[in-house]
Amino acid sequence: MPLLELKDVHARYGPIRALHGVSLTVDEGEVVALLGANGAGKTTTLRSISSMTRTSGDIVFDGRRIARRSPEYAARLGIAHVPEARGLFPELTVWENLRMGAIGPGRGAALEQEAKRVVGYFPWIERRRDQPAATLSGGEQQMLALGRALVSRPWLLMLDEPSLGLAPTVVRELFAIVHHLNEDEGLTVLVVEQNATIALDIASRAYVLEVGRVAVEGTSDELQRHEGVRKSYLGY
Amino acid sequence: MALPARAARFDVDVGPALRAVILGIGLLVSAVALLGLIGLVLTQTETGFTWAGYWQQVVSGLAQGAIFASLALALVLIYRATDVLNFAQGEMATFTTFIAWSLMNHMSYWPAFALTLVIAFVGGAAVERIIIRPVEDRPEIVVVIVTIGLLIALNGLSGWIWNPEVKAFDTPFSYGTTEIAGVVISYQDLGVLGVCLATVVLLWAFFRFTTLGLVMRAVANSQDASRLLGVRVGWMLALGWGLAAVLGAVAGMMAAPTLFLDPNLMLVVLIYSFAAAVLGGIDSPVGAVVGGLILGVLINILGTYVDFIGGELRLPAALVVLLIVLLIRPQGLFGHRVVRRV
Repeated sequence: MPLLELKDVHARYGPIRALHGVSLTVDEGEVVALLGANGAGKTTTLRSISSMTRTSGDIVFDGRRIARRSPEYAARLGIAHVPEARGLFPELTVWENLRMGAIGPGRGAALEQEAKRVVGYFPWIERRRDQPAATLSGGEQQMLALGRALVSRPWLLMLDEPSLGLAPTVVRELFAIVHHLNEDEGLTVLVVEQNATIALDIASRAYVLEVGRVAVEGTSDELQRHEGVRKSYLGY
Repeated sequence: MALPARAARFDVDVGPALRAVILGIGLLVSAVALLGLIGLVLTQTETGFTWAGYWQQVVSGLAQGAIFASLALALVLIYRATDVLNFAQGEMATFTTFIAWSLMNHMSYWPAFALTLVIAFVGGAAVERIIIRPVEDRPEIVVVIVTIGLLIALNGLSGWIWNPEVKAFDTPFSYGTTEIAGVVISYQDLGVLGVCLATVVLLWAFFRFTTLGLVMRAVANSQDASRLLGVRVGWMLALGWGLAAVLGAVAGMMAAPTLFLDPNLMLVVLIYSFAAAVLGGIDSPVGAVVGGLILGVLINILGTYVDFIGGELRLPAALVVLLIVLLIRPQGLFGHRVVRRV
């Protein structure tokens, strides 16, 4: 049984239909990429999983139907959603942002341990712990958002365009860490990306969305060889 | 070669706590210096001016200002979390003060005080859940109008329950005075100042040092991001309303002994508190407290030493000062300038 399954999910923003029946699965321990152009419905798919958008259709996570519940419900089940704008609290300090990843009851003790792990990945967090998150660079903000998601010990990590607006070296570093988390710790990841090249590098499978539908799906190898995907998204 | 070394010396990170202490001491010193300067001017212009009398006015101004500060802080708490000005904040305070008055017929002061705070907290949270919640997703103006409705309803309700007659309200502080360096200070003023500032400090510590306080600050910063981390935002907002109501109750119970208790007890106080909050910067808790204290001292000095202002023109005078500050600094003393892309 897949960890996450979407069955014929529709979504709309007012009169505008954003998803026309998206079905996909994510197995435990996988990295799955969601590719597509602007407006294809990638972000809406993630927002549907977190109940941040009106939807119809079924969404099942770990055997539970989670569609049309609430973002906090999804979070409490272990889905860490790092939204496109990173979802940091600009006025809170770096450390306070990190602490927000572990606010559930009895999580205080886990925080120390998890935070240590995150600081292992991003050593600068220790040095800048008391400065407001708003003062970080874009790359640092993305890393802090990722670090905060890790502190919550997620079952499923959902990243929305982590590469957006970042320098290529930062993007490579970020994806290397996600890859490592998957390989060494078995973290399950659903990543939305416009940068198909780098996403397919770390993903085992991928879906390509076009105007609210799954147009192509397959393993990363298959998609890298796929004529249409290569021309439209990989640029060679 | 000397340059990097010198730069490094200034680069020492003193940490946010120490920076806050330095800022606080700086503010205090400049406030005392400014007050001294005003006093010096008054020695030239006022016949019969005494420094002892002047400092006495400053202290009772601080006591009044502490009441404004408490209510202003309540306004800022709710404004930061929901972008709504709660016009009912003063009437909620009056209502809880009436409850305290009833309780004090059956028990001594401090137990009644404590019980009132608990009732205020539960009541404030209930108001959010029952009255504000249904209109939460509407435009802010709708919520503001609901709070104005609540103001009128609570005002009528407290007159109906307790009748509109003016009532005397107990004070836990003796009516005597003490002398500190030749300045006569009433215990009442000292007590009011102490209770209000202690409440503010306790609240600050709650927000600064507890996980719940952190979560509430996060909700004020971004509700969507908080929900994605599993925060039950609705309950945090109710908690915020509860804490604001507690601040209001403290302000009401501190104001009632000198202003006397009737359904309109906090109407004027609310206006001063709005002015204090805007003066300090409507999104700044520190600003609300500092703004309240400044306003309290200012209206006392203006009322005492500027003849044509006297007792009657204090409120307009306060608003004129407010307008002047906002002309020079539209975001208030401690507020953030809001920058939006358009």
